[in-house]
Amino acid sequence: MSLNIHNLSATLEDGTEILKGVTLEIPQGEVHAIMGPNGSGKSTLSKVIAGHEGYLVTGGNVTLDEEDVSDMSIDERSRAGIFLAFQYPSEVPGVSNANFIRAALQSRLPKGEEIDAVAYYKKLYSKMDLLEMDRKFTGRAVNEGFSGGEKKRNEILQMMMLEPKYCILDETDSGLDIDALKIVAKGVNAMRSPERGILLITHYQRLLDYIKPDQVHVMAEGRIVRSGGPELALELEKHGYDFLKEAAFA
Amino acid sequence: MPYEESTALLDEETHEAINIDRTKGDFVFPERHKFDAGHGLSAKTIDYICDVKNDPQWVREFRHKALQVFLDKPAPTHWATKDLENIDFDRIRYYLSDGEKPKRSWDEVPPEVLETFERLGIPEQERAFLAGVEAQYDSEAAYSNMKEELTKQGVIFVNSTEGLKNHEEIFRPWFGKVIPTGDNKYSALNSAVFSGGSFIYIPKGVKLKQPLQAYFRINSESFGQFERTLIIADEGAEVMYMEGCTAPKFETATLHSAVVELVALKGARIQYVTVQNWSNNVFNLVTKRGLAMEDAEVRWIDCNIGSRLTMKYPGVIMKGRRARGEVISIALANTGQHQDTGAKMIHAADETTSNIVSKSISVGRGRATYRGQVHIPRHLKGCRNNTECDALLINSNSRTDTYPAITVRGNRHATQHEASVSQVSEEMLFYMQQRGLNEGQAMSLAVNGFINDLVREFPMEYSVELKRLIDLEMEGSVG
Repeated sequence: MSLNIHNLSATLEDGTEILKGVTLEIPQGEVHAIMGPNGSGKSTLSKVIAGHEGYLVTGGNVTLDEEDVSDMSIDERSRAGIFLAFQYPSEVPGVSNANFIRAALQSRLPKGEEIDAVAYYKKLYSKMDLLEMDRKFTGRAVNEGFSGGEKKRNEILQMMMLEPKYCILDETDSGLDIDALKIVAKGVNAMRSPERGILLITHYQRLLDYIKPDQVHVMAEGRIVRSGGPELALELEKHGYDFLKEAAFA
Repeated sequence: MPYEESTALLDEETHEAINIDRTKGDFVFPERHKFDAGHGLSAKTIDYICDVKNDPQWVREFRHKALQVFLDKPAPTHWATKDLENIDFDRIRYYLSDGEKPKRSWDEVPPEVLETFERLGIPEQERAFLAGVEAQYDSEAAYSNMKEELTKQGVIFVNSTEGLKNHEEIFRPWFGKVIPTGDNKYSALNSAVFSGGSFIYIPKGVKLKQPLQAYFRINSESFGQFERTLIIADEGAEVMYMEGCTAPKFETATLHSAVVELVALKGARIQYVTVQNWSNNVFNLVTKRGLAMEDAEVRWIDCNIGSRLTMKYPGVIMKGRRARGEVISIALANTGQHQDTGAKMIHAADETTSNIVSKSISVGRGRATYRGQVHIPRHLKGCRNNTECDALLINSNSRTDTYPAITVRGNRHATQHEASVSQVSEEMLFYMQQRGLNEGQAMSLAVNGFINDLVREFPMEYSVELKRLIDLEMEGSVG
């Protein structure tokens, strides 16, 4: 069982090529990291996997536990088990966090079935405690007036509540101070499980000090140019991306 | 572009949603009217209505005079929509009733009328949280009842006919005083053919803990409903009045043209809550205005979801010192609908305060218009107005217009005006859909968030209904 990205190519609406044949497999039970310079297509990859309609898939596909998701809508993919922690989460004015997460959970239930409110809040509070979030948070509108750190924690909270099969975290570490980073990492580590695959997209090695990946991939110009163990991240940290690109295209 | 395709799909879905939505109100029983004024409007129609209702002479004269005003006044198409010209006044029936007096018990109401209101949940609501209910079916109330203890306190809650006959001494001095016959073409029409609606009197110092409710139901095709409501809260009295309305979806256009006058005497407080859910072939042309005397307060809490065209600008004339006026309004215009709503605040005494908060949502090719009028004359001092109007556009072909007219003379007043137009962004939708909500659910949540702070102003029982209606409008055929 895995999230399998096979030779995936995608363009913008204007035809600009962003992904040029990405192949990557994230098996259940593993944590993979994609690193790479800005503009290499990392964020686009996460959005295309989630089914964003602003991109046109021109080749390849994504399968979730052997099921092709190509014809699935964004929300179908979500309910099938793909979760994306956004780099820049949207605000949803007037909708409280508690109601938003509840609606997301409700969307996973069969018609006519209702969420048990007591159990819901119990779970919500326990996850919030783990992420050191204030109880007042439940009543605040989704991401409205949140600091960068609060937004990222909120993404992790939603992930913990929805318990997806595969988690993609798009630059969740960016803009976080070290304390916030540790809390976010604690949340992600708590999500590690033999039944779950996690893909971390990051620019910096720093995150990987707290979340140990099984595999590291380097992306450049729309392709995975190198894959290896955790030591690859350290190598990158030492030599920078230019070194790698040179090596890859030499 | 994928986004346009998906919103086009939503439009289709919301279009279907209208049909789903109407299932609650979209049913019809065969007519069994004893009295039918027939199609078209003339002096004969007026006499027919007066004869059936056994109106006193002063009312007969009032109606005939009003008919003339109606006929003389052109439709206000120089500022309002040309769609008004599509109302064929000759094809409308102006009075339909079974000739029965309103019943005090649901058991005595004719079975199909009872079933109608049962399906709309009215008797249930009455048991749950209302102090009194009037249920109007076409031209007349079929049921009217109030808790006994209120009768003992001197509260009057009857239909307009009973009001003008049995309580003339209170009714007549205020009738047509807040909204004169000639205020506009449609208030003149109502004054000519009015029937039904409520007359309420709350004696000095009596504060009603539970709301009174009226429900207006149209059951007949090619029909016009013209209820007339007058609410008088005596000094220090308090009342909340709620009205709801539905009609089946007929082939031909239906007309609803009400006049509602509120009088809040010194220190009194009236809250008037409306959830309008007419089917989308109803022309809903309503004149609503309140008079607030010293330290009195009039609040209009207004939600317009249905109808083909609604034109409604609830107003408050603040006639006494420190009087307060407020309009809280939500409008949702779907494809084929035009919600032309707003507020009128006339400051006529020192230190009067008015507040207008209006939020509109335009879906598909729906159109929402806000028209506001705030008037503060030079000779007054210490008046304040706050106006906020926010519009949310769901689709790229949705439309919103805002016409705020704030006239403040002199420099001893404070006014504040804010307006905004926003859209549910593609990124916000993507975010919500990534969490598992389908497009309709995501839209619905965004819309509910947009109006959330206003929904809280509605009584709890209504806010639940309101959210449900909006979900149905937004979610389409999502199952």
